Amino acid sequence: MNLCELTAHELGELLKSRQVSAVEATEAAINRIEAVDSRVQAFVTRTVEEAFAQARAVDAARSRGETLGPLAGIPMALKDNICTVRIRTTCSSRMLADWVPPYEATVVSRLKEAGAILLGKLNMDEFAMGATTETSAFFPTRNPWDLERVPGGSSGGSAAAVAAGEAFYTLGSDTGGSIRQPAAFCGVVGLKPTYGRVSRHGLIAFAPSMDQIGPLTRDVTDCALILNAVAGHDSSDCTTADLPVPDYRAALNTDIKGLKIGVPREYFADGLDPEVAAIVRRAIDKLAELGAICEETSLPHTEYALPTYYLVAYAEASSNLARYDGVSFGLRVPGRDIEEMNINTRTEGFGPEVKRRLMLGTYALEAGNYEAFYLKAAKVRTLIRQDFEAAFNKYDLLVTPTEPMVAFRLGEKGNKKPLAMAAADSYTSAVSLAGLPALSLPCGFSQGLPVGLQLIGPSFAEARLLQVAYAFEQNTEYHRRRPALEVA
Amino acid sequence: MEYEAIIGLEVHVELKTKSKIFCSCSTSFGAEPNTQVCPICLGLPGTLPVTNRQVVEFGIKTALALNCQVASYCKFDPKHYYYPDVPKNFQWSQFDMPIGSNGHLKINVDGEELVIGIARVHMEEDAGKLIHIDGPDGGYSLVDYNRTGVPLLEIVSEPDLRSPAQARAYMEKLRTILHYLDVSDCKMEEGSLRCDANVSVRPRGSSTYGTKIEVKNMNSFRSLQRALEYEIERQVNLLENGEQVQPATVAWDESRGVTTVMRVKGESSGYRCFPEPNLVPIEIDSAWIERVRQELPELPDARRQRLIDDYGLPLYDAEVITSSKELADYFDRTVALYPDAKTVSNWLMGDFSRLLNAHNLEPGQAPVPPQELAALLQLQQEGTISGKIAKQVLEEMFASGKGARQVVEEQGLIQISDAAALGQIVAEVLAANPKVVEDYRNGKTKALGFLVGQVMKATKGKANPGLVNKLLKEQL
Repeated sequence: MNLCELTAHELGELLKSRQVSAVEATEAAINRIEAVDSRVQAFVTRTVEEAFAQARAVDAARSRGETLGPLAGIPMALKDNICTVRIRTTCSSRMLADWVPPYEATVVSRLKEAGAILLGKLNMDEFAMGATTETSAFFPTRNPWDLERVPGGSSGGSAAAVAAGEAFYTLGSDTGGSIRQPAAFCGVVGLKPTYGRVSRHGLIAFAPSMDQIGPLTRDVTDCALILNAVAGHDSSDCTTADLPVPDYRAALNTDIKGLKIGVPREYFADGLDPEVAAIVRRAIDKLAELGAICEETSLPHTEYALPTYYLVAYAEASSNLARYDGVSFGLRVPGRDIEEMNINTRTEGFGPEVKRRLMLGTYALEAGNYEAFYLKAAKVRTLIRQDFEAAFNKYDLLVTPTEPMVAFRLGEKGNKKPLAMAAADSYTSAVSLAGLPALSLPCGFSQGLPVGLQLIGPSFAEARLLQVAYAFEQNTEYHRRRPALEVA
Repeated sequence: MEYEAIIGLEVHVELKTKSKIFCSCSTSFGAEPNTQVCPICLGLPGTLPVTNRQVVEFGIKTALALNCQVASYCKFDPKHYYYPDVPKNFQWSQFDMPIGSNGHLKINVDGEELVIGIARVHMEEDAGKLIHIDGPDGGYSLVDYNRTGVPLLEIVSEPDLRSPAQARAYMEKLRTILHYLDVSDCKMEEGSLRCDANVSVRPRGSSTYGTKIEVKNMNSFRSLQRALEYEIERQVNLLENGEQVQPATVAWDESRGVTTVMRVKGESSGYRCFPEPNLVPIEIDSAWIERVRQELPELPDARRQRLIDDYGLPLYDAEVITSSKELADYFDRTVALYPDAKTVSNWLMGDFSRLLNAHNLEPGQAPVPPQELAALLQLQQEGTISGKIAKQVLEEMFASGKGARQVVEEQGLIQISDAAALGQIVAEVLAANPKVVEDYRNGKTKALGFLVGQVMKATKGKANPGLVNKLLKEQL
């Protein structure tokens, strides 16, 4: 049995029944990383010793007869914008290449408490700005389904590691699609929770009004398990909702009869790859076959979502990234005076995509531009939110393609073609502006590459998204497929 | 040509909350550099602020005391500027929706009551402190982040002040109100109360404003007044000489008594404020505002009026007594035991204040508690001691912390009111000064004063002065 082929909950059963120890599971994961990561390049930092220490602790606790949760002893990894104490957290940027946080993110504390084994930190687009993981200051991550293609981004390392069997699950972060899009490109399940469902304390900000941490997993059950562990109010993050967290796993069932699903026509317009469209249509037919009522609907302000998203996100980023100045943490490039040190540090510390976004965001907030840009975007954001509210008066959830295309080739879009890369955000950013939960799950393959189905729910309806995804998954086989990395 | 000055003040008040505005670090003053810091106030990546509700409470309290409208919805906005004492390179402040707006306070200058508008009261975080170390190549700078994130209220007046004296009176009144509210230590020397002034001049009668100069670095009420006097004169001289005032920020140089240009104000792209997404807006409902309103202490104006109405104190006395909450509290507690309010007021404004200054104490720190001052006044009223001795006794009470009666008894200061005993001393004084006695009898009535003085000297001041006069006249 190759442990690395298993889902987290399958491994959890073996650990619980003591057929496998946490040390063995960790060994298997680390061997897998050794075997494939030179090609996939998902990991920025590996924490082998810490992982074994944690695994031994879990095994010891189990042999003492302690009752352990379902995640105890399961190896996982984190996107490198989630702060880990004593382990460097780089945001895949030269700016933070050597920065070791003196504190850890709430999600990390919660997973540690659940007995998670941390294998390391995962590559990403620099400061989560990008959709290919090519803006990483270190190296690009490859798509395990085709090493010449991008894994998506910005949580590209998180998606690729799960698809390649290097970690049983990972956490990513999603600001405008950064969990859902790489999940779709890499054929894994990715959930962006409702804004405020999961604490952002310790998540290095890109755009705080949209940033959310969420799981990337091999199936829907795993997704529910991880969400159970990380969701809930946190007094360190005043934007988290003080609402009870349901047992997401217990809510999984396959009965979706009578559920009303809206299919917004704006997501099936020009620019959608015909093969992707056909696969997504078939998936929607499948949901109908399972008893859901699927109807076409409209989100009329969809075409404004992308420019609105850019204005809001870049403006917020220009504020949050002002702190990288070389004074008290991170990279410092000296200068003749403080101003020159600030400039030198930021010039060398940030890559071109980050600089582009910071310049645009700064511009959008300047006196004389604020009303025309930032404020206008804030108003359009309200309209986009209202589109969804109106839709959810009629439908229990909405379904769209996660991406209008499959994973593209390295260098094909991205850095030098920002507008081409923009297309990758166009199917995911409206949801982010509205703060809604959305999940991407594999729904088919086009030319051997995964296609993602995006389920969008009302605020805090994660349980419903997971249930519909589960129903689909239990009646399809796409989540069982694994990339053929071995032969590469 | 005659000119008038237009002055507005921006006052920063450090609030005396236990912890900082967005984290739980201590706010206490004077700790070792960088010992009261955490990832949040250091602005480390990934950290999130959580608003200290006590700051909002103090904001509401202050806004109400300054007759402001209190916002029902409150948000914070990052105000961006690059400076190394601001670790995030922005400061969380309130841009377009301050917690308080449209208020006023009243000042009395030269017997005239003036109402000064308060444009806004807003909450923000303080910056750290830079310490410049000289050395070769220009030296270097160190940053102390202990003060970073200490809560501030910024209180901005309307440009309603017309003279340095008014500006000073406004500042003093504001400090008094803040003291009454108990929201700040208000120590200008420690920087817990800071003031910047915007000042311009224009020909009297003109309805347009002149070019505004921002004056910084005024660390006392006196330097505020001096700086404004200097700056107004400078601007008037420029205009008189046909020159223009250039918009600038200037710093007051206390030792040289001049203002110097810090920076010339030019085109600015602004502070790029926008609603901070990491801080959820705070709803302030009317129940909250009403509760704070109910809990407001009696404020200086009301207290002053009460002293006039209830005790018949003159306006001047009431003004002086209520200018310090501690002094007014002291007054109330003393009058409760010794109801002659005017006498109490005289003592508090006179010897009591003089001794406080001499010992460098605030009224609340006086070694003489109100009941002992009342006891002293009682001894005087009963005739046990004379007024002159009473002053001497108070001095001793301040120095030793002993009670009034104890001092009087220990030092044998009880007034001699025994006519027989005094009569003998009077006879002795008359016998010893035949020349003076003769002068008196020849119509030099002033000579009586000398004889009184001699009796006092002989009794070490303990003789009852009325009785001495009576006995002298009898025997002469």
